[in-house]
Amino acid sequence: MIATAGLAALWFAAALAVLQLFSGFLALRQPDNPLTPVVRPLAMAQAGLVAFAFICLIIVFAQTDLSVALVAANSHSAKPMLYKVAGAWGNHEGSMLLWVTIMALAGGFVALLEKRLPEPTLLATLGAQAFVSLGFYAFLLLASNPFARLDPVPAEGNGLNPLLQDPGLAFHPPTLYVGYVGLSVAFSFAVGALLTREVSPNFARAMRPWVLGAWIFLTLGITAGSYWAYYELGWGGWWFWDPVENASLMPWLAATALLHSVSVLASRNALRAWTVMLGVVAFAMSMVGTFLVRSGVLTSVHAFAVDPTKGTFILALLAINIGAAFIIFALRAGTVSEGQRFAIVSRESALVFNNVMLSAVLGIVLLGTLYPLVAEAMGAQVSVGPPYFNPATAVFVVPMLVVMGIGPLLRWRRDKLGRIKHLLLLPALVLVGVAIWLGLRGVHLMPLLGIALGTMLLMVALVPLKGRRLRTVTLPLWGMVVAHFGIGVALLGIACDSAFSTEKLVAARVGETVSVGPWLVRLGRIEPITGPNWTALEAKLNASYGGGATSELKPQARSFWTPVQQTNESAILTRWNGQLYTVLGEEAEDGRWQLRLWWKPFVTLIWLGGALVALGGALALLGRVLSDLRRFIAIDKIAYRRKQQGRL
Amino acid sequence: MSAAFKPKHQRLVLVLAALAALIAAALLAAWALRNQASYFYLPTEMVAKPPAADRAVRLGGMVEAGSLKTAPDGVTIGFVVGDGKARVPVTFRGITPDLFKEGSGVVAEGHRQADGTFLADNLLAKHDEKYVPREMQQMTAQEARQKVEATK
Repeated sequence: MIATAGLAALWFAAALAVLQLFSGFLALRQPDNPLTPVVRPLAMAQAGLVAFAFICLIIVFAQTDLSVALVAANSHSAKPMLYKVAGAWGNHEGSMLLWVTIMALAGGFVALLEKRLPEPTLLATLGAQAFVSLGFYAFLLLASNPFARLDPVPAEGNGLNPLLQDPGLAFHPPTLYVGYVGLSVAFSFAVGALLTREVSPNFARAMRPWVLGAWIFLTLGITAGSYWAYYELGWGGWWFWDPVENASLMPWLAATALLHSVSVLASRNALRAWTVMLGVVAFAMSMVGTFLVRSGVLTSVHAFAVDPTKGTFILALLAINIGAAFIIFALRAGTVSEGQRFAIVSRESALVFNNVMLSAVLGIVLLGTLYPLVAEAMGAQVSVGPPYFNPATAVFVVPMLVVMGIGPLLRWRRDKLGRIKHLLLLPALVLVGVAIWLGLRGVHLMPLLGIALGTMLLMVALVPLKGRRLRTVTLPLWGMVVAHFGIGVALLGIACDSAFSTEKLVAARVGETVSVGPWLVRLGRIEPITGPNWTALEAKLNASYGGGATSELKPQARSFWTPVQQTNESAILTRWNGQLYTVLGEEAEDGRWQLRLWWKPFVTLIWLGGALVALGGALALLGRVLSDLRRFIAIDKIAYRRKQQGRL
Repeated sequence: MSAAFKPKHQRLVLVLAALAALIAAALLAAWALRNQASYFYLPTEMVAKPPAADRAVRLGGMVEAGSLKTAPDGVTIGFVVGDGKARVPVTFRGITPDLFKEGSGVVAEGHRQADGTFLADNLLAKHDEKYVPREMQQMTAQEARQKVEATK
């Protein structure tokens, strides 16, 4: 019953999207046709219907309604409630419904709130949004219906992959999807602006909050995903250059570039065609990400679909959306002038440099991610890992970070390096000093560069605040400072982890003490324990830092029974200056237990930095939204006064 | 040069700079991919055409029955990966994946050493039906017969 209602709502929403597409573009030709005023309400109604369908899916999962094929395949009545609900999007069909839901909600918000753009541009934007979502509706309804029924109804469900039974699952996919979908809104704005030849600072200001929002969520999603991989997979690494990780990194790189170029367009009316182009590329990267992750081309915990038609469908959507956008771009780019000019030494130039470097990194990651797929199609099996990605991206990231430090100090339009020389002297000296000090201690080149550069960035990031009264600093400026500072913090964490981590792999007897870095870890005892749908062997480890007080860690080797699978649950102890990371392995024949221990100094800075970057984005977004609000209120007041005067 | 570009030239310069950087990135990527991509080998291929010793590769096959031995330190293991035609001895130091056992499939990431043994940095074992390393999906189809022979 509930499943049927959900399916009906989905079909109805798809019908509304057709109408929205049609009337949105009709308005371009005949602005005063009777359908024009319904475009905005259509987008809002669509949002309501899809949200309803998604709630239906959640209810079906919460009730473990096994007559729904998706529930039977992915859920189990013995699962904890949180994972029943989160299981609604922990599978292919459900996650695509989540994608469409977020997209429809975003469209609804644009329709409801956006008042800055000329009406034709907005209608074209909503038309483009309908075009994109229509593809996804078709995908859901024709190729992967989340509400498909089973007859006869099975007695019990298959359960959820144990690796996905983690609170992180509840938040990780929605976070990334909000990011991906936010970029779809930016894409629609870009198409709308191109179609109506309105690539202007106002267009950039309308698009900016969406880009910022998408970027904040992508940052959070990547940071959280990285921490999840770190503690769940038990390998002690935090980034594996796995294609699935790259799938989220690529849209982030494009969004970062877009974020900066959109600022140039909004405040300086320059880089117009480039910004539009990046808007298209950023969404293309979200689609590539979705394709890589959800099509089943890659095998991983993320690849739910094994059915090749689904992959083909997503690929076709990608080709249609992006192909169409590039054709419009090619036809219209000539009519978009580049706008205001600027000198080589200027803030614009620094931002262009940042954009170009980000694009180069994006290209390197994209090629490295797609190469194994292409090679496989040609009959060779290849995997591409850190030995490729680390040095190849560093070539572009290092100069970009240097310019990131300098750029914010430069003035718009034209500046001289001589003017800011004195501001850079101290950070440059620190950079060299730290590098020499580390070099003498035998630290390798890449971590050395990372720590020296990171330390310098922490200092330069704060320079834009110099000489200002902190209370008068605007929120967007705070946002930039915090985000750039966060990049420095994350870089320090990455470099410290790779320079100073120590690892110990031993087989220890109960009662034995093992040392790793400054830690002494004693294997207390091993005992069996049970959870809701698993049993485990749990080790009690007593760890003391430099001979001080002991704390207890309990790493587990877990066995799930629905489906049958074993996982290693690491146990982590966090101190201000790093983390002790412990994994329990197997029992050797002579009664010793395998233990893997890491001491990772300052590794937490990686995710702290990521969180700071996201916080910076949030501050900037808040600042923009508040100033928009003030502006709208002022406009409303003026309009109201005029009305009053008219009456008098 | 401190003067601003003429608008027409500015666009050209921007496009050229972006192109130059992207081409540099593409060339770098192509060069690095040729040198750094790690190829997948079956034991037969590894014996017939051994890869250079410093090159990271993947070796996939079945863990031969009776070949798995643990060194006295309790954490270093040795085993033989075979495909029915050739056998490659492998050394690995670490905690093995949960479903790693004799007679089942494995993909080892690492280097071939000068003495012909393979030093693995990482092992990927068959986890469950849904989440198999890509190389192994194909292998089970291709080498099904050898697998049965090898594990007997």
